[in-house]
Amino acid sequence: MISHVRTIWLTFLHLFTKKVTIEYPEEKVKLHPRWRGRIVLTKDPDGGERCVGCYLCAAACPVDCIALQATEDENGRRYPEFFRINFSRCIFCGFCEEACPTYAIQLIPDFEMGEYNRQNLVFEKEDLLINSEGKYPGYNFYKVAGINAGVKGKGEGEQEEAPVDIHSLLP
Amino acid sequence: MTVMQHIWIVLGVLFVLLNIAAGLIWVERRMLALWQDRLGPNRAGPFGILIVLADTLKLFFKEDWIPPFADKWIFITAPAIVVGTVLLSFVIIPFAPNIVVADLNIGLLFFLAMSSLAVYSIVLGGWASNNKYALLGGMRGASQMIAYEVFMGLSLMGVVMLTGSFKLSDIVAAQKDMWFCIKQPVGLVVFFIAGIAETHRLPFDIPESESELVAGYHSEYSGMKFGMFFIGEYLGITLISAMTTTIFFGGWLGPFLPPWLWFFIKTFAFIMFFILLRASLPRPRYDQLMEYGWKLLLPLVLLNLLITGAIALWIRG
Amino acid sequence: MPTIYIDNKPYEVKAGKNLLEACLAQGVDIPYFCWHPSLGSVGACRQCAVKLFKDENDTQGRLVMSCLEGVRDGLRLSVNDKMAKAFREQIIEWLMTNHPHDCPVCDEGGSCHLQDMTVMTGHDYRHYDFKKRTYRNQYLGPLIHHEMNRCIQCYRCVRYYKDYAGGEDLNVFAANNKVYFGREKDGVLESPFSGNLAEVCPTGVFTDKTLKEHYTRKWDLTMAPSVCQHCSVGCNTIAGERYGELRVILNRYNGEVNGYFLCDRGRFGYEFVNDENRVKQPVIRNRTSEAVTEPELTTYLQTAMYNSKLIGIGSPRAAVETNFALQQLVGPGNFYKGISEDEAYLTNKVVRILETGTVHSASLKDIEQSDAVLILGEDIWNTAPMMALAVRQSVKKTAYSHAAEQSKLPIWHDAAIQEFVQEEKGFLANITVAGSPLDGIAAYTAYGAPDNLARLGFAIAHELNTSLPVVSNVDDDLINKAKSIAAVLLKAKKPVIVSGISCYSEGVIEAAFNIAASLNTAERKAAICYALPACNSMGLGMMNAPSFDHAVTRLQREQDMTVVIVENDLYRDISSSVLDTFFSKAANIIVLDSLHNRTTEKANVLIPAATFAEGDGTMVNYEGRAQRFFQVFMPANPFIRESWKWLKEMNLYKTQGSNGHNQPPEELLEKLESTSHQFEGISKVTPPHDFTIHGERIPREPHRYSGRTAMLANLNVSEPKPMQDNDSPLSFTMEGFKGIQPSIAIPFFWSPGWNSVQSVTKYQEEPGGHLRGGDPGVKLFHDRQGSEPSFFKGMPESFAERPEKWLVLPQYHVLGSGELSIYTKALEELTPSPSVSLSQQDANRLNVQNGDMLQVNADAKKYLLAVTINKNLCNGVVLVSAGLGEVEGMSWGSWVKVSRCE
Repeated sequence: MISHVRTIWLTFLHLFTKKVTIEYPEEKVKLHPRWRGRIVLTKDPDGGERCVGCYLCAAACPVDCIALQATEDENGRRYPEFFRINFSRCIFCGFCEEACPTYAIQLIPDFEMGEYNRQNLVFEKEDLLINSEGKYPGYNFYKVAGINAGVKGKGEGEQEEAPVDIHSLLP
Repeated sequence: MTVMQHIWIVLGVLFVLLNIAAGLIWVERRMLALWQDRLGPNRAGPFGILIVLADTLKLFFKEDWIPPFADKWIFITAPAIVVGTVLLSFVIIPFAPNIVVADLNIGLLFFLAMSSLAVYSIVLGGWASNNKYALLGGMRGASQMIAYEVFMGLSLMGVVMLTGSFKLSDIVAAQKDMWFCIKQPVGLVVFFIAGIAETHRLPFDIPESESELVAGYHSEYSGMKFGMFFIGEYLGITLISAMTTTIFFGGWLGPFLPPWLWFFIKTFAFIMFFILLRASLPRPRYDQLMEYGWKLLLPLVLLNLLITGAIALWIRG
Repeated sequence: MPTIYIDNKPYEVKAGKNLLEACLAQGVDIPYFCWHPSLGSVGACRQCAVKLFKDENDTQGRLVMSCLEGVRDGLRLSVNDKMAKAFREQIIEWLMTNHPHDCPVCDEGGSCHLQDMTVMTGHDYRHYDFKKRTYRNQYLGPLIHHEMNRCIQCYRCVRYYKDYAGGEDLNVFAANNKVYFGREKDGVLESPFSGNLAEVCPTGVFTDKTLKEHYTRKWDLTMAPSVCQHCSVGCNTIAGERYGELRVILNRYNGEVNGYFLCDRGRFGYEFVNDENRVKQPVIRNRTSEAVTEPELTTYLQTAMYNSKLIGIGSPRAAVETNFALQQLVGPGNFYKGISEDEAYLTNKVVRILETGTVHSASLKDIEQSDAVLILGEDIWNTAPMMALAVRQSVKKTAYSHAAEQSKLPIWHDAAIQEFVQEEKGFLANITVAGSPLDGIAAYTAYGAPDNLARLGFAIAHELNTSLPVVSNVDDDLINKAKSIAAVLLKAKKPVIVSGISCYSEGVIEAAFNIAASLNTAERKAAICYALPACNSMGLGMMNAPSFDHAVTRLQREQDMTVVIVENDLYRDISSSVLDTFFSKAANIIVLDSLHNRTTEKANVLIPAATFAEGDGTMVNYEGRAQRFFQVFMPANPFIRESWKWLKEMNLYKTQGSNGHNQPPEELLEKLESTSHQFEGISKVTPPHDFTIHGERIPREPHRYSGRTAMLANLNVSEPKPMQDNDSPLSFTMEGFKGIQPSIAIPFFWSPGWNSVQSVTKYQEEPGGHLRGGDPGVKLFHDRQGSEPSFFKGMPESFAERPEKWLVLPQYHVLGSGELSIYTKALEELTPSPSVSLSQQDANRLNVQNGDMLQVNADAKKYLLAVTINKNLCNGVVLVSAGLGEVEGMSWGSWVKVSRCE
C-alpha cells in the first residue's frame, strides 16, 4: 500500500522533470556516424567505383530489395551495370554493408527520405553513388585482389610476388 | 424554477459534460506524456488541443463495421447503454446550489442503480461480438462490476447514516462544517477504489487488458461505436470524480470563489488523480482484483459501517 | 557387401570402391579436390585424409588418403578424428596461402568447391604472413576464361582434358611451387569438350566466358531441367535465367546419358534464345500494318483455320508435342515430316530396326561400358560429339579393366593404372568416309565411299554369321580387314556398333544392324545406335507420316492449300529451287518459329514460338529415350508461347470448340499414346503438372534467390504476382519443396554445405552412379530378348567413280553446324568458313590446291567454296560443309558437278 502511494507520488513528481522529446523538424537529431540510414555506394581512393558486382549484398538482403547486374570494362574491372535498391522495402538492417567485401555499400546517418510517391523510393545507381570513400577511407579492393583489372598488374600488389616464370625449373 | 430554466440547465449540463469528456482525450494524453517525461500531442492547434477534433474526425471517418458473425442489434445497442446510463447518473448531481437537473431524495440510490446498469453495456458488447476475447472481457467486466458494486454502496452508507438522507444536496449541506473525507476516510478510500473498478480504468481495466485480451469487450468495435465506449469511459471518470467531490469533499462548498467553480476545481483534481493512477500503477491480476475486493474491502467497509453506526448511536445518546 | 566402420558405426558399402566414394555414398562428408567420379583417384591434393585403425583395439591409428584406400570388410576408419580434422584444415590453409583475395570478382563464387571445402574443414584464419604467388593468364579462346592465380594444383583440369577428353593442347608446365596449367602459348583450346573445364575445376581458374558477358551467381538463377537442342544425343542440361535472359547452360547429371559432361556446342549454344533475330511479334504480311495484335491474329486464324484446307509440315527440332499438335490440327493424312525423302527414309529405317528390339539400343553409358566399339560410316565427333566422348571412354576403360585384372590394382586408382596401361587401348574400329578425330585412338581405321563402307560392314557380318550372304566381287583386302575386325568383336562381351545416317547410305545402316544382330547372343550382349541429324529426329521419325517431298507433290496436285510450318527452316534441308516452287503454289503459308530465317521470310502469317527455354516439351533422342525439357522462364513478351499451345488454339478455331484451353502437355502426350502405340509410355516422362511433394511444388529458384522486390521495381514499385506454371510440377518462385527433388525434375543441384556442382553426389545412389529414383527419361524402344532378327540380305555394289561427277556428302562441324548454336558469337568465331573437301587425286585432276575456289553445282544452285584436300577421302566423293555459312540444303548423296572456278 505504501509502495503504491510512493509510486504515485514519484510519478507525480515527473511532471517537473525535463522532457526527453526532441521536436524533430524544428530541432535536428544528432546521429552517430554508424547510424544505419540511407544506403550509398562509395568510391575508392582513386575515384573508381568500389562496387565490384559480387551480388553478396543482394544475397544477404532479408527483404530482397537489392538487384544489380555485374559487367566488366575493357580492363576486366567488374562494376555494376545497374544497381537498384527499392527503399520502400528496405528495413535498414545493414546486412548489405556487413556482407560487402569491398566497403562499397554503406549505410549513412541520413533517414530523411520520405516520399509521397512510392515509386520515387526506387533508387538506381546514379542515385546511390557518392563521390566519397564513406566510413572506410583508403581501401581499394583491386589493389589486393588477384586479378588484373587495370589497377595493378599481376604480382604488383603489396602482398604479391612477381609472376612465376613458367619456363624455369629452378626451385 | 420555470420549465425553460430547467431545459437550459439540462442542455447546459449536457454541453459541459460532453465537452469535458471530449477534452479529456487531450488532457489524458498530455498528462500521461508529461508524467512519462514526454511532451505529448502538441502539434494540432494551440498546445495540441485540436487533437480532440482530429481524433473525433478520425473516428467518424473510420469504417463503421459490424462483424458478420456478431449479433447485430445488441452489438449496436451496447455502446449506447454506457453513455446513456452514465449521463443519466449526472441528473442527481448538484453542481451548485441551484444547478441540478433533479435533486431526487433517493439521489444516491439512483446513482448506484444507474452505474449498475452500465455493466450491461460491457456484458452485451462482449457477448454480441461473438469473439472469445470479447466474451472473456465481458465476463470479467460483469463479475468485477458486481463485486465492486457491493462495497461502493456500502461505503456510502456511512455518509448516509451521518446525514440521514439520500438526497445529495442534503449530503453537501451536511458538510458545511467538516467534509466527510475526514469523518469517513475509510468510506472515501473504498468508494474511490470501487469507482475506479466501476469505470474499469487503469489499474483496474481488467475487461480490456490489451496485453491479454487484445481489447477485451470492445475488440470488434470500430468507428463511432468504439467512440461511444471511449466517451463513456471519460464520462465515467467525470461521474466518479463528481460523486467523490459531492459526497466526501463538500461539493460546491468553498470560500471566495463561486460555488460552481469550486465544484469544478475539485472534480478536476480527481480526474487528474485518475490519470495519475494510470501513469503510475500496473494492472493487478484478475484473481488478485477479486480477492482484494471480497477479502479486504468488503470486511473493511462492513467494519466501517459498524463503527460509524456505533458512533452515530453514541453521539445521539 | 563389405561392412566398414566409420567412427564406430557400421555401414554396408559396395565392394571395389575407395573409402572416399564409400563414405560419400553413405552421406558422410569428406572434403576432397583431385578425386572425381569420372577421373578416379590420384591422391594429389591430400585433402581427403581420414584415420584408419588396425582393429577395434587400435587407438593410435594412421592417417591415410581415403581416395587411395580400398574398401575391405571390417575396415575401421574415423572421419571425425581430431588429428584427421586438423590435418585436413591445415591442408586447406596451405592451399589458401596462395589463393587470391578474389571471391567477389570470381565467377565460381557461390558455386565453388574450394569455398565449400574451406567451410567444411573449418579453416577461417590465415596464419601465413608472406607474399602470394602469382601467374600470368593465357587467352584460351572465346569459351573459357583463364585466371591462373586461383589454382590449387589439383590436376583435375589436365586429367580431364588430356586423359578423359583426349585434348592435346592443355598441359602442366614448370615445377615445384610454380606448377602451371595452361597451353604452351596463348590460343584457342582445341577440344570441343573444353567447356567442361569450368565444371571440373574446383575453383575459378577455368570459367565460362559466355556467362561472364552477363554474369549471374548460381543462387540468382531461375533454373529448370532441360534437354540439349543441338544434336540427337539429348544430353541433360540445366538452363538458368535472370532478368528475362537465358544466362547459362550447366550439365545435368544423367547416369545413362551424358554423365558429368557436355560438349561445347551444347554448353555454349544457348545464346539464340536471347538473340535480336527472335520473332517477337505476330505478323500478317501484305497489310498496311504487318505487326498485328492478338485479337487481329485470332480473328485471322479463326477464318483461316475454319475455311481452308490445311497441310502441316513438322520439324525434327520441334518437340513431340508440337509435331503431334500439328498433326492433330491438320489431320493425319495432311501431316508431313519436314525433312527430305532421303532423310525420312533412312530415319524410318533406323526406327524400324530399333523398334524390333532384337538388338539393344545403346545409351551413352552402354557405349562407355562396352569393350569393343565399331563405328560404321558416321563421323560422330562432328554429328554427336558426346557419343564420341563416350566411345573414347570405352577405349580407355577397356584397357583399364585389362590392366586392373592383370595387376590386381583397383580400377579407380587412376595414376597407377595409367602407368600400367601405357599405350594399350581398347578396341575401336573407326570406319568412316573421311576419318574423324577419333582415328587417333582407333585400333583400326578404314575410309571409303559409303557403299564400300557398307560392303565392309556386310563382310564383317558374314564373318560373324556365315548364314548371311557373301559380299560379291570382293577383293582379299576387304576380306582380311573384315576377318580381323570380326575376330576382335567375337571376343568382346559387350560390343557396341555405332552408325548413323549422315553418309546417306541405306547399306551402312543395314550392315551395322547385321553386325550387331550377329553378335547378339545369349552370352554376348551387343548394342547398336544410330546418330541422327537433329534433337528430335527420332521423335519425328517415329510418327507415321510421309516426307516433305510428298507435300511438294500434293501441292502440285491440289490448289488453295494453306501450309502450316512449325519450327523448321526448310532451306537448311531442302534445296531452294524445290522450296521456291512449293511456296509459290501454296495459297497461304503460316509459319511458327522462334527465329527469323529464310522460311519465315516466305510466311504470310508468322507467329512467334517459344524456344526450349520458354516452353515445355518432350524430345526423343537417338536411342529412343523420351526426355522432357521444362520451361525455364516466362518470357515478358506474351506472344512467345510454345508452338503446341498455338496449334491447340488453332485447332479450337478449326473445330469451333471452346473446351480444351490450357491443357497441360501430358494430356497431349496421352492422346499421342492412344493414337500411336509406338509412343507408349511417353506421357510418364514426368510427373503430372499437379504433382506436389507434401503439398509443395518444386521451386525453380534456389532458396537464396535475391532481388525479388527490386528486380522489376524500376518498372513498377509494386511487385507483380508470382508467375504460375500450369504445365509442370515446377514453380517460378523460391518457395516450395526443399530437399532432393525427384530425378526427373531437378532444377539445380544443391545440398546444404555443397553449393558447387559437386553436390550432384548427394543426388546419386553412389558417386558416378544412377540418380536416386532412376535416371530420367523413358525408353520407347524395348528389348525383346531372343526374338529372331530379320537380317538384311541385299547389299550395294562397289562404289564406282563417274566422269565429271562427284558424289556429294555433308561434312558437319562440331561447333558450327548447329542451326541454333551458331547464334552464339563465341561458337561462330570458332566455326571455319564453308569448304569443299576432295581427295588429292581429284584435286590434281581439277588442278586445284588447298584454298583455291571451286564451284559446286548442286540442285541448280552454284556454290563457290574453298578447297580442302583430305588425304583420307576416296576419289569421286566430295564433302561440302553442311549448315555453315551460305550453304543451303542440297540433295546429299546425289551426284554433282564440280568445276574449277575461273
